[in-house]
Amino acid sequence: MMEALYIFMLAAFTGYEVIARVPVILHTPLMSGSNFVHGVVLVGAMVVLGHADPEDPLQLAIGFVAVVLGAANAAGGYVVTERMLAMFTKKN
Amino acid sequence: MTAKLLVDASYFVVAVLFILGLKAMASPVTARKGIVWAGIGMVVATLVTFFTPGMQNFGLMIVAIAVGGALAWWSGKVVKMTDMPQMVAIYNGMGGGAAAAIAALEFARGGVHGVVFTSLATLGALIGAVSFSGSCVAFAKLQGIMTKTWRLPAQNAVNIVLALVTVLVGIGIVISGDPTPTQVITFFILSLVLGVIITLPIGGADMPVVISLFNAFTGLAVGFEGYVLGIPALIIAGIVVGAAGTLLTQLMAKAMNRPITNILFSPITGEAQAGSGPTGTMKECSSMDAASMMRYAQKVIIVPGYGMAVAGAQHKVYEMTKLLEEAGVEVKFAIHPVAGRMPGHMNVLLAEAGVPYEQIFDLEEINEEFAQADVALVIGANDVVNPVARTDKTSPIYGMPILNADKAQNVIVIKRGKGAGYSGIENALFFEDNCRLCYGSAQGVVGEMIGHVKSLS
Repeated sequence: MMEALYIFMLAAFTGYEVIARVPVILHTPLMSGSNFVHGVVLVGAMVVLGHADPEDPLQLAIGFVAVVLGAANAAGGYVVTERMLAMFTKKN
Repeated sequence: MTAKLLVDASYFVVAVLFILGLKAMASPVTARKGIVWAGIGMVVATLVTFFTPGMQNFGLMIVAIAVGGALAWWSGKVVKMTDMPQMVAIYNGMGGGAAAAIAALEFARGGVHGVVFTSLATLGALIGAVSFSGSCVAFAKLQGIMTKTWRLPAQNAVNIVLALVTVLVGIGIVISGDPTPTQVITFFILSLVLGVIITLPIGGADMPVVISLFNAFTGLAVGFEGYVLGIPALIIAGIVVGAAGTLLTQLMAKAMNRPITNILFSPITGEAQAGSGPTGTMKECSSMDAASMMRYAQKVIIVPGYGMAVAGAQHKVYEMTKLLEEAGVEVKFAIHPVAGRMPGHMNVLLAEAGVPYEQIFDLEEINEEFAQADVALVIGANDVVNPVARTDKTSPIYGMPILNADKAQNVIVIKRGKGAGYSGIENALFFEDNCRLCYGSAQGVVGEMIGHVKSLS
């Protein structure tokens, strides 16, 4: 329990520090990038689907939806962020 | 045992990659490397998860990953740059939905025990579900599927009551320890409705801030569910995004001078201002007049807006810019912090058209220069150049920093029709003496201007 609190706190500070002083032009790509990072929810979805009762269609259905949504978050988030950031390197 | 160690060690590396990736994305020089690092982290995380001990249903899992991943990958590839904001919204919503679904499955199989776990699972479910349904509404609005802004009578009271009821049902789940299906289903329905109700009254102009807020929400939801599942990589990634997203939301809200509480609880509505419209007449001008004005100017400042981007006119605009520069005119681009649909969106769109960074200026950098400009060319922008934001205390956009295009000698506005801006507010600039309106699609009008500029040189 306490361990988790420490992780929460340190992670929150890390997130704050990482973003501080970011130029306005990167707000949109960065929002998109952080959107991609929480796509790691896919891992959680895979784990719950992996532990779902194979005999129970309801559990399988919910797990399936979770994995589809998680995978979409991760894949879509990556493609969109990559395309936006590609704009910033063409010139230099 | 060794499999578990391998999985855990990999997750640790993944968490480090995510943090380094995000850090790199915060600077234009390293941004591209950042997304690649984070991407590698994601692939590693997904692959090692297959080796988690005691897992089954792999067939279904692989199908789900293939379906969700392929659809999102494809839609992300084909979407136009102008439509990026709503794509970010919808992918984010899916993440929130996934977090909520994780909680739902954990409840369904009775996998959550103890007050702390149940509380966090429930809280994550609530936030995730709100983020999911809210993001779907945001997507529908930006995509133009849903054009009306609904505002219930006593909207704020409804929001608060609904939120309270949802939280009470959630507390019921935590207290019972082993919730009934009815409790869980009621809770999810209430949470989903709450997300819709919160987002419905919010106008398109405020939407980027809301998307960013939901992004932070999803991060938190992922972090909480990560705790329930005992996967530190999810906790760290989720909470880092939650904190970063919160800060980003504040930065955006600050750039628009709209406190987040105002955005959520007193959205901009056009009707609020029905009483006193600006007086005067709107004066038209031809693309030929406009072209000659610019051709013989010393200095032209272009204010691009979302209208230019949807018309896909940025390439034409840059072509005209080059012609004018060859003729000895100094041309600069002035970007409002929220030009486009999100902060930084317009910079991306101009970069796509090839406009060099040195020609693009922020509001603070360029606002003083309008007074020395011969022509301010406003293309498809509206609210961000509306002087009532400076002068009219009753206006809903009062206090929002604007580009002082009205201070230029001449203002030319390219506009599709006579309608009001995205926020639904009349623009006093169009009635000023030094302002001329050039009606037509940005693409067509700028095309004509290019022809005229060429004929004059």
